[in-house]
Amino acid sequence: MSDIVKIARQFIEAIPHSRALGMVLEDLGEGRAIISMPYDLRFVGDPATGVLHGGAVSALMDTASGAAVMCHPAAPVSTATLDLRIDYMRSATPGQRIVARAECYHVTRSVAFVRVTACDEDDSLPVATATGAFTLDRPQ
Amino acid sequence: MKRPEPVQQVKDRRDAALRALVDGIPYVHYLGIRFDRRGDELTAVLPFDDKLIGNPGLPALHGGVTAAFLEVAAIIELAWASQWEGMESGAPQTHLPKTIDFTVDFLRTGLPRDAYARARVVRSGRRYASVHVEAWQDNHARLYAQGTGHFLMPAALGEPAE
Repeated sequence: MSDIVKIARQFIEAIPHSRALGMVLEDLGEGRAIISMPYDLRFVGDPATGVLHGGAVSALMDTASGAAVMCHPAAPVSTATLDLRIDYMRSATPGQRIVARAECYHVTRSVAFVRVTACDEDDSLPVATATGAFTLDRPQ
Repeated sequence: MKRPEPVQQVKDRRDAALRALVDGIPYVHYLGIRFDRRGDELTAVLPFDDKLIGNPGLPALHGGVTAAFLEVAAIIELAWASQWEGMESGAPQTHLPKTIDFTVDFLRTGLPRDAYARARVVRSGRRYASVHVEAWQDNHARLYAQGTGHFLMPAALGEPAE
């Protein structure tokens, strides 16, 4: 495992809120991150349908985006979200875990640009997509 | 002339309608979000908790927590504002709008303290609504995040288009 990926993995796995939501780092490297979140009744947004709250999906996509930034070859030491725009395509199917795939597709000296897609078990139509801009703290 | 409704009865009705809207949402309960009500004005409150941290080094609130907090504040305000007339005439609705998109602008680091948010329904039509929301911590004038979202109104809530 490269040092960049190792540092990124430590950064992600130390996030209390991500651990609280049960997020699992599935894959990481070269500005890409895949993170999953299990279905959990505590994260439901609409009790009538059992559909997960959009906010929980947003938290997952934000975490995956930050992870993608952290493992970019620019080797940032830290990152924070500047802005995130989330589009909700459809309700997540109750009972299914959500997988977010994020790609940091461009970085400048101090900003990283990311896009991310969240799917349940049906990969053909995403539950949500998001694009974001993140701060990029480079090593001194 | 009809006597005015006793004030406690009015408060009880409105508080019950707000509870019916908020208390059934597991994720709102999980994050610990509650709503303060003054007349029809709602303030969402997110008490600080260790599980909300995103960067343990600083420490700072998780960006996803802030995004979720703003989205919750926006949805509840929209549902609340839309059902107000129905509630006052004794027929509250608890159908929630669905988020189409939501944009969050992270203005400052979320500190390990309580956060507050107020949302404003900018446009509410029969099918779609646009809501703006602002969040702060210690000082209302120093916002730490703001957001704008578009929502699909449930059939029962949307008002006729003008």
